[in-house]
Amino acid sequence: MAFDLTVKEAAGRVRDGSISSTELTRACIERIREVDGKVHAVLELDEDEAFAMAAEADRIRSEEPERAAQMPLLGVPIGIKDLLAVRGHSLRCASRMLGNFNSPYDGTAIARLRKAGAIPLARLNMDEFAMGSSNENSAFKPSLNPWDLERVPGGSSGGSAAAVAAREFPATLGTDTGGSIRQPAAFCGCTGLKPTYGRVSRYGLVAFASSFDQIGPLTRNAEDAGLILHAIAGHDPMDSTSVPKPVDDAWLNLNPEIKGMKIGIPMEYRRPELDPVITAAWDEALKKLSSAGAEIVEVSLPHTEYAIATYYILTTAEASSNLARFDGIRYGLRVDGNDPYTLNSRSREAGFGPEVKRRIILGTYVLSSGYCDAYYIKAQKVRTLIRQDFERAFGSVDAIITPTTPTPAFRIGQKSKDPLEMYLSDIFTISSNLAGNCGISVPCGFTDNPRLPLGLQVIGPAFREDTVLNIAHAYQQMTDWHLQFPEL
Amino acid sequence: MAGTDLNIEYIAQLARIELTQDEKDELGQQLKAVIDYMDQLGRVDVTGVEPTSHPFPMDNVTRADEPGVSLTNEEALRNAPSSSNGLFIVPRIVE
Repeated sequence: MAFDLTVKEAAGRVRDGSISSTELTRACIERIREVDGKVHAVLELDEDEAFAMAAEADRIRSEEPERAAQMPLLGVPIGIKDLLAVRGHSLRCASRMLGNFNSPYDGTAIARLRKAGAIPLARLNMDEFAMGSSNENSAFKPSLNPWDLERVPGGSSGGSAAAVAAREFPATLGTDTGGSIRQPAAFCGCTGLKPTYGRVSRYGLVAFASSFDQIGPLTRNAEDAGLILHAIAGHDPMDSTSVPKPVDDAWLNLNPEIKGMKIGIPMEYRRPELDPVITAAWDEALKKLSSAGAEIVEVSLPHTEYAIATYYILTTAEASSNLARFDGIRYGLRVDGNDPYTLNSRSREAGFGPEVKRRIILGTYVLSSGYCDAYYIKAQKVRTLIRQDFERAFGSVDAIITPTTPTPAFRIGQKSKDPLEMYLSDIFTISSNLAGNCGISVPCGFTDNPRLPLGLQVIGPAFREDTVLNIAHAYQQMTDWHLQFPEL
Repeated sequence: MAGTDLNIEYIAQLARIELTQDEKDELGQQLKAVIDYMDQLGRVDVTGVEPTSHPFPMDNVTRADEPGVSLTNEEALRNAPSSSNGLFIVPRIVE
């Protein structure tokens, strides 16, 4: 079936003419019609525009072969998280705060996908303003896990992961501030890459925590993640934190030879609350990599236990500042008041959901006079220590491998009443955002009953996406977890 | 440094959110637990440690000072809840 194709296969078949972009796009849209009523991954879909873009891709292929040769993703539909600006489309961040906001421009990652020939299709569900680990914070219907519709798909890019797992799209874009690509990828059984901070321009990404946010792909395998990263990465003058480093052609031709690579296992991640099924899958994956010639060694990341506290202080502080822009005046929801203060406060009360309010209040508190040094500045210093832990570890290993999450996908409602417990579920992913590393999650097994996917996380030093992609690719050459799909 | 002195009323005012009384009660309780958890950072010795504000700090990033294309007035106002004569409309600020 056309909706089963990977990005590489789909692009190859459009190129050789064995399928048209129109057929491919129709297959995705039909699949969405068939299954999205169950998973609720798609918030908005403009079919007419999708077919117009597909027709244009087909025209370019037949009439402009030289141009087509420069477009590696020509004709391939890619789903977009509702946090990324796509010109002429709604941009709501799964919130009521933005009202009927319609984006006047394309963010850089979207513009680059278009340049590569891809078709940015649909707005995908998420936790409101990317704050959450379960998709239950969507102001619309929460997205559900295609493997078990009573469980969460993870978050915040839950719609992006559920859409790939449900085979609505060959790939999607998500964003990762503390694990928001990798954790839902693990829960839904897809591959999710968080690039190094600064690798992909954040222009056109609605900011949650500016020193953490990164855009990245959710795909069926590491090869596709490399293809999409290659299309969207690279320096952008519109984002002053985007790093002036060239994109790496190694992402296009992954090398599964991992003989002699040194892989670190952080001893602090062997935690008592770790589900035994997770530990078993982790050990089994290490055995596989070791049999392929990788050397497994223990490393220490001594400040791991402080990562969650540090992360929630810094990201809520940044969020409280970033979300000040939603004031009811320039765009989005407005509830009138007789003075600007009342208008701002009423609009924000009506527009933001409970988790967003919680984080804005918390962030305002840690930045407020008298507490800023004790919380915010202190956390920035602990962030330095966490970054140094990784630098030290990467002095002796090429990559670090951990489970992506401490448990498989949890039940809807299981953690939503206790914010702290929800925050603790991000324990293995947030350190990489604090340190600015890159990381990928790949499927590494299943629980028995119910059958739920598990994720393996490969963390690499900053700007070594080639390393994590190669290890993930090597692992996928030896396993077939990533080739299994849920029945819907 | 403890969650018990969280003045939710004052913080909500700083954050420009008009919380209901129920929200204040619930948020106050939830955030006390979160802040107590955060207080564990008090145990970390950070003597002589520099703060990190960005993983890869890049200072004074500038671009060439050349005029470029930007949104038109009409495009910039298209999403405004209230606008007139090419301007955002806000409640009266000064009498």
